[in-house]
Amino acid sequence: MAGLELLSDQGYRVDGRRAGELRKIQARMGVFAQADGSAYIEQGNTKALAVVYGPHEIRGSRARALPDRALVNCQYSSATFSTGERKRRPHGDRKSCEMGLQLRQTFEAAILTQLHPRSQIDIYVQVLQADGGTYAACVNAATLAVLDAGIPMRDFVCACSAGFVDGTALADLSHVEEAAGGPQLALALLPASGQIALLEMDARLHEDHLEQVLEAAARAARDAHTVLDRVVRQHVQEASVLLGD
Amino acid sequence: MWGLQVTWSLSQPPSSAVVCEQPQNTCVNRHGWVPMEQLTEQAAWGPDSADPVPENACVRRCQLFPAVYREDLRVDGRGCEDYRCVQVETDVVSNTSGSARVRLGHTDILVGVKAEMGTPKLEKPNEGYLEFFVDCSASATPEFEGRGGDDLGTEIANTLYRIFNNKSSIDLKSLCISPREHCWALYVDVLLLECGGNLFDAISIAVKAALFNTRIPRVRVLEDEEGLKDIELSDDPYDCIQLSVENVPCIVTLCKIGYRHVVDATLQEEACSLASLLVSVTSKGVVTCVRKVGKGSLDPESIFEMLETGKRVGKVLHTSLQSILHKEESLGPKRQKVGFLG
Repeated sequence: MAGLELLSDQGYRVDGRRAGELRKIQARMGVFAQADGSAYIEQGNTKALAVVYGPHEIRGSRARALPDRALVNCQYSSATFSTGERKRRPHGDRKSCEMGLQLRQTFEAAILTQLHPRSQIDIYVQVLQADGGTYAACVNAATLAVLDAGIPMRDFVCACSAGFVDGTALADLSHVEEAAGGPQLALALLPASGQIALLEMDARLHEDHLEQVLEAAARAARDAHTVLDRVVRQHVQEASVLLGD
Repeated sequence: MWGLQVTWSLSQPPSSAVVCEQPQNTCVNRHGWVPMEQLTEQAAWGPDSADPVPENACVRRCQLFPAVYREDLRVDGRGCEDYRCVQVETDVVSNTSGSARVRLGHTDILVGVKAEMGTPKLEKPNEGYLEFFVDCSASATPEFEGRGGDDLGTEIANTLYRIFNNKSSIDLKSLCISPREHCWALYVDVLLLECGGNLFDAISIAVKAALFNTRIPRVRVLEDEEGLKDIELSDDPYDCIQLSVENVPCIVTLCKIGYRHVVDATLQEEACSLASLLVSVTSKGVVTCVRKVGKGSLDPESIFEMLETGKRVGKVLHTSLQSILHKEESLGPKRQKVGFLG
């Protein structure tokens, strides 16, 4: 098929990466002083901000309070200038609501909600620039923000997307690769135990290839975990220097 | 919430007043309570209250501001006409034609400008146009979740429309490609990330910086034999037109606290202020829009005083903003971009 070659004969992708290579991840915790926890992540050209408020009292109807655990509330919003084509509404549309639910499902699996009954934890994710892998960037940013807020979690939650082109599994898809229409897999992993918090796949993929793609996504998520771990340690070191320890 | 909105009857002190155990006229605690004789009656109890001050009462916090502002010294050490440290960075988001991020104390604003091809408005066929959209993100406060931030966003967007609603702010004729058919529409999207007081000023500074950073591709209109027009984009991605932001106004918000007015109020100072005046000033000192906000009322002399202060402060703000934007641009495309990572 004429058009963009997603994987060249030498094994290079459109942006020059190898099949299993992640984009460069840069992150920072504690971006905003007024929120309980905040983090910013850049995964290639995808930029996402996550802000966490909580645990605090349930806002709105008290009937929603759960007697034995905390309520996790997520909102996904992407700026109107984040995509190539200007978006009309930053949040409230179907895709944003779905992403919010997916994030909620992901973090309910990781946050130790039993420690905070009858309270609410708000996670607000804002995508500033979207270049593929927005779900993964949001999950990674939200993990850092939850850690910044001091909310106890079972483990990091690291996410990555994967695709399949020409018999090879590609990790960390960019927008060009996502738009090409091949199968895409989004995976959120708790790295220490290898448990999967969220798995979502679009388009058709033969079941024989599923394991290969899953393995590629899991490996990429573990690589992301290494970077995030380093960011957290550096942040703690900086904070302890400021405190004078 | 602290405030000067203290209403009370003659018989009992206001609920926010604390009857002080210490001897009269000597109450000073580590937050800076002020002895009663330093407070004028008007400043203590509200501009229109004639009630006498009770003997032993010291009113906490709310009284801190009026007394202190008589010496042109605020809680954080600034003068009444001083801004907090402003950090401006342009070209933060790459999917846009121009973008800017402004940090003013704890207020964080991100503006992205997207230039799209559109049809000119019927009443102005030779001009392009600007569209403003303000998104108050939930990251500023959980109350903005869902549709909670819509009211504030609409108010800010309407103010932006008003300050740009004049012939000289931006040269809209340069945005016209072919009259009545094609023009550039600039969509200015403001994203409010953190709210630490003085939103309007920060947003107007960010909008000006983003418009300064906007690069609109140069187009040519080719007409073939049948009269059909074809728009051709230049091949060179760096061949762009830059907007002139000389006359783009900036908003200066003046909050009335006690007898004085302050520029660049923090959240706490805004809570203490009954009324504010938004003055939109260009770099030449021309006022394009004046708006009074707040629950209280202002008397006419103070409005004129505030206007003069707004013009003075606005001119200084413009000169420093222009110089810093030019300095950033002179660093060239190879400069190190910090964004949110720094």
